[in-house]
Amino acid sequence: MINGNLKSSYGSDERIVNNGYKQAFVYGSFLCLAAFALFANDYMILIACQVGILLVAVVGINILTGYTGLISLGHGAFVAIGAYAVTILHNAMDGIVPDALTALIAIPVAVTITALIGIIVGLPSLRVKGLYLAVATLAASFIVIFIVENETFAGYTGGVVGINTPVPNLLGWELDTKREMFIFISVSAVLALLAGQNLFRTRVGRAFIAIRDRDYSAEILGISLLRYKLMSFALSAAYCGMAGALFAYFYARILPEQFELELSLELIAAVIVGGMGRTLGPLFGVILIVLVPELIKVTASVVTNGDTASTRIIAPLQEIIFGLLLIFFLLKEPLGINHIVDRLIRAANRWPFARG
Amino acid sequence: MLKIQDLHLSFGGIKALKGISFEAVPGEITGVIGPNGAGKTSLFNAISGFYTPDKGSVHFDGRDISGLGPDRRAVLGMARTFQNIALFRGMTVLDNIKLGAHTRLNTTLWQALRYFGQARSDELALRRDIEERVIDFLEIDHIRKLPITMLPYGLQKRVELGRALAMQPRVLMLDEPVAGMNREETADMARFILDVQEEFGTTILLVEHDMHMVMDICTRVVVLNFGEQIAEGSPEEVSGNPAVIKAYLGAAA
Repeated sequence: MINGNLKSSYGSDERIVNNGYKQAFVYGSFLCLAAFALFANDYMILIACQVGILLVAVVGINILTGYTGLISLGHGAFVAIGAYAVTILHNAMDGIVPDALTALIAIPVAVTITALIGIIVGLPSLRVKGLYLAVATLAASFIVIFIVENETFAGYTGGVVGINTPVPNLLGWELDTKREMFIFISVSAVLALLAGQNLFRTRVGRAFIAIRDRDYSAEILGISLLRYKLMSFALSAAYCGMAGALFAYFYARILPEQFELELSLELIAAVIVGGMGRTLGPLFGVILIVLVPELIKVTASVVTNGDTASTRIIAPLQEIIFGLLLIFFLLKEPLGINHIVDRLIRAANRWPFARG
Repeated sequence: MLKIQDLHLSFGGIKALKGISFEAVPGEITGVIGPNGAGKTSLFNAISGFYTPDKGSVHFDGRDISGLGPDRRAVLGMARTFQNIALFRGMTVLDNIKLGAHTRLNTTLWQALRYFGQARSDELALRRDIEERVIDFLEIDHIRKLPITMLPYGLQKRVELGRALAMQPRVLMLDEPVAGMNREETADMARFILDVQEEFGTTILLVEHDMHMVMDICTRVVVLNFGEQIAEGSPEEVSGNPAVIKAYLGAAA
């Protein structure tokens, strides 16, 4: 039950963590994250890094799809642009700029480039909505992958065979282990979530939601649809670009096929499963979408016990099982995991007086 | 202040407005009435910028705003409500009303992402202003944290008025503010509209079917029928006008 929660100023009411339970949750999570960085084994760190990288991208998708109501099937391409931009920038600056500064220049530049391309890809959103917009953005994704794979630019991008990625060096701190990368990724992800939440405490975020809920009414309040739709595209692209930069730093090599439609769909699926238009929705969604296939994989390897014949049968089944689980989940919880959490919190608030 | 000159609007072969000309009385309430399909809402949509008229112009503060989009007109100080409530259903009452103040804030994207500093102080000042000037004024303190979907119709209408007030508009356009309300709710709403006019000196333009209310609170009334302006004058003049009586009741046999 929440009690002792009297506010005596507007400031205390407008805080993100505006009661003791939220504070306990947020600060407790930070402690857990720190403990995880110190004590988790390499396998857990690897999984957590995947969660963190995807989370940054999905927070961006949440801004675009969850809050502004615009669907994009092309955001995998922005992750690609971020990843390739960072790699190319590192190669270009090699020997010219000191190693300790390269990443600090490359990341903002890559994110800015991605945001600018996001604006271009977002242009159709001014004329078309819904599925038509999805198709238009899909085209953008094909174009980006085509350029990356094209022979003409293979000198920069490595073409279809991919390219080796740099190791980031932040002012002399070389992130050459996965554990160090985890720290960098988790700090980025926390900042991404915080910035995403801050946005919706101001007029910019409110304008996004207004466009989602009723666009003509937003216009009547002086919100320029042109400006804010493009802003939403740019911002979500920037988040995906940041995720791409982390992706490039985390893995030793990147390939164009990693950023195709499957990634874009994964990002959308994560935000839908987690809860669209909710702060922590992306976090829940990404955890589910990374952990469940992993759990299925582990279970499958236990079942087959290393036997090659049965592995051959089980392997394709894993994706089918994951797909069925997703469908089942969406039928039961169309509003996503965040809705389950909402219900639990509501029940806890009312306890011990009422249930439900 | 708000001046409509010879406004013509058509959809294909249908002539929705045929030469409407009138001026909203500054600081007073002007009513627009007429039977169903007379063109009242089309007129509102043309004034607020959703429709581009075929001919004629809309002047605001002596400036021709016929070519501006709805969002530009809002910046100039025009606010409106809709006949079928157009609130943002996914948000709370407070956030809906805050949205009304969009054009009064300057928070940039970069400031919004950081929040601390300019964005925070702007938001807190806005919260105070809205609590004291809108929420308290409209007596909706008890519902400020509720999502719109949980509110009854009458309160939703009041919240929509609140959102328009948060714009601190100079011209407020109300499209059927009491449609579907019972007598008590109507009386409440009429009182709020009069309070707005008295306290803020807002110029109000009102489309309404409730004749009692229109005759009670409007200083001037414009009557439309089949897209034509058939009468204009004080409530007394209009209610005695034979053309108006004919439009509403039909001609005597």
